[in-house]
Amino acid sequence: MTAAIPAISPSIAPLRAEFGGAITRHVVSCGDTIVHVHRDRAHDVLAWLKDAPGQEFNYLTDITAVEYRDPERPLEVVWQLRSLGRKADLRVKAELDQRGPLEVRSVWDLWRGADWLEREVYDMFGIVFAGHPDLRRILMWETYAEGYPLRKNFPLRGHFSRAEQTRQALAANPEAHYSMEELSIAEAYQELPADMRERLARGERGFLK
Amino acid sequence: MSVRTVELELATPGLDADGRPTRVPLSAMDGAGSTGEPMLVNIGPQHPATHGVLRLVLELDGETVKRCIPHLGYLHSGFEKLGEYRQYNQIIPLTDRTDYLSPMANNVCLAMAAEKLMGIEVTERCQVLRVIACEMSRIISHLVWLGTTGIDLGAYTPFLWSFQERERVYDLQEMWTGARLTTSLTRVGGLMADVPDGFEDGLREFTRTFPKTLAEVDTMFTRNAIWIGRTQGVGALTAEEAINYSLSGPMLRASGVDYDVRKDRPYLDYETYDFDVPVGEHGDVYDRYRVRLEEMSQSNRILEQALDRLARLGGAPINVDDPRVILPPKSLAMSDMESMIHHFKQVMEGIKPPAGEAYVGIENPKGELGYYFVSDGTAKPVRWRIRPPSFINLASLPKMCEGALLSDVIAINASVDIVMGEVDR
Repeated sequence: MTAAIPAISPSIAPLRAEFGGAITRHVVSCGDTIVHVHRDRAHDVLAWLKDAPGQEFNYLTDITAVEYRDPERPLEVVWQLRSLGRKADLRVKAELDQRGPLEVRSVWDLWRGADWLEREVYDMFGIVFAGHPDLRRILMWETYAEGYPLRKNFPLRGHFSRAEQTRQALAANPEAHYSMEELSIAEAYQELPADMRERLARGERGFLK
Repeated sequence: MSVRTVELELATPGLDADGRPTRVPLSAMDGAGSTGEPMLVNIGPQHPATHGVLRLVLELDGETVKRCIPHLGYLHSGFEKLGEYRQYNQIIPLTDRTDYLSPMANNVCLAMAAEKLMGIEVTERCQVLRVIACEMSRIISHLVWLGTTGIDLGAYTPFLWSFQERERVYDLQEMWTGARLTTSLTRVGGLMADVPDGFEDGLREFTRTFPKTLAEVDTMFTRNAIWIGRTQGVGALTAEEAINYSLSGPMLRASGVDYDVRKDRPYLDYETYDFDVPVGEHGDVYDRYRVRLEEMSQSNRILEQALDRLARLGGAPINVDDPRVILPPKSLAMSDMESMIHHFKQVMEGIKPPAGEAYVGIENPKGELGYYFVSDGTAKPVRWRIRPPSFINLASLPKMCEGALLSDVIAINASVDIVMGEVDR
C-alpha cells in the first residue's frame, strides 16, 4: 500500500551516539521505528531531534499517551515526529511508572502545537507536563471531578452514577463556566454578587487535580 | 495594538453634490476605537458562526481582540475510550461520527490503520474505490466549508450553489453505502460493498458538470471586493508558524508549505494519479479559500482518473483473500459447516491483529487525519488515538485572533474549517 519503508530509522545510530544510556531501547513495529528514551532526558532528545543537522524533525505530528491493560506496565507518553523536508517519521516514547509521579517536561517551548495536545493528554490521563504555561483541562470541563477518562481504571460509564452527574450539573455555579482569569477581564469579578465572590475566593470551583 | 485600515473601492448608494456616486473608504479601525477598558465578549457555544458548539471568550479593546480563549468539549463523546471496548470493524461506525462532513475518508483511514497492523495489502479495485471515497469526501467537505464561510461573511448565494452540488455527491454516497452520513463504508481488508449499477455514470456526470459550479464560485468570490476586504491579510500565519503550530492540510499549504500527505507519503497509489497540490503564499483567510477551491478541482481530476481505472478493473475483487479478516460468502456460511464456524468466530471473536502498533495518516479534507492503534494481540485495541486535524488546526486560533477585529474572528474561525465532532471527539 505504501512505498517501501526502511526497516529502522537512520536516526537511531546518531541518537545513541549523542545520548547513550538515555536511549533505553528501540523497536520496529509495522515498519515504524519507536525510540524509548528516559523520561528525564525526553525534552533534550526531542530538542536535539528538532534542530540537529541531518535530523530536522521540525514537525510535531501528535502527542498522546498509552496505558496498557497490564497494570504493571508503565504508561507511555508518545511523540510522533516528522521531518517535512526529509519526509521521515520517528516515534519517541517515554515510560512513566504508574507508582511514580506522572510527570514529563513540556515541549511547548519547542513546538507551539504541543499546547493543546499536552492539555488533552493531561485531561485524559492526568500526566503533568512541567513547564506548560496553561495546563488546564480541555475536553472535560474545568470542574470535572471524576478523574481521567482514558485511564484503564476509569470505568466506561464514569465513576459517578447518572443521578450524581445530573445533580452536579444542576448544582454547578454559573460563574464556573468562566475561569478566574476570564472573570478578571472587564473587572467582572467585582460586579459579581458577594456570595459568588466568596465561593470563588474559597476556590470552590470544583476538583482540579 | 494593531491598527488596520481597509480601503475598498466600495460604491455606496447615494450621490454627492456633483451628482457622482459617493465612494466611501471602509475604515475598519482608525485607532480611536480604543477605550482603554477591556470588554469580555462570549461567543457560543450555541452560535451559528462558530460552526458547532465551540465557545470563544474574547477580551476586546474597542473592536480589537486582545485575547481569545477557546473552550471545547461540549461535544466530547469519548470515542477513543469507546474504541478500546470494540473490535476493529466495530470502530468504523465511530469514525463516521467524528468528522461527520467526510465520513467515508475517515472509514478509509481506519481500515488502513488496522490493515497496517495486520500487514494486509488491499486489492487494486479496493484502492481505486477508496480513492474515490476520499476525493468525494474532500469535495463535500470543502463545499460545506465554502458555503458556510460565505454565509459568515455575508455571501448567501454560493452557499446554495455549493449545497446543491454537495447534494449530488450525497446522492451518490447514499447509492453506494445506503447512508448520507453514517456510511461505514470500509471493512478491514476491503469494503462493505462494491459500487452499485449506475454509480459510475452518476459520478462521471458529476465530474463533467462540477467544474462549472467551481467556475461560478470563482467568478463570485475571487475578485470580489467585499470578499477580498474581509479575507486578505486576515489571520495570516507564516510558514514557520504554521509548521510550529503543527497545522496540516489546507491551513498548512495556504501558508506556503508544500506538504500534502498524498504526495509526500503516498498511500492508496496516490503517486500514480496526476494531480497538483495548490500552495498559498500569505497564509491568510483568502489564501485558504484559494487553496480549498483549487483542491476541489484537483479532486475532480483524481475522480475522473479513478473512474477510468475502475472501468478497467470491472469485476475485480474488492476484498482481500484473507480468512483472518474477511467473512466467507453468505451462501457458504448458510450451507457449509466450516464456513459457518468461520463466520461465527469472525463475528463473535473479531479480528485479532498481532501485538504491535501502527500509525496511519491520510490527507483528509481538514488536514492530516491520523489513527494510531496499539494492539496487545487481542480483538480490541489497547489504545485508539485519533490525530484530529481540526483540533490541532484550531489550536492556532488564539494566535491568529490576536490583534484582529471582532468581525475578523468570524472569518478566521471559519477559515480553520473545524467540525466539532472531531475537535471534541
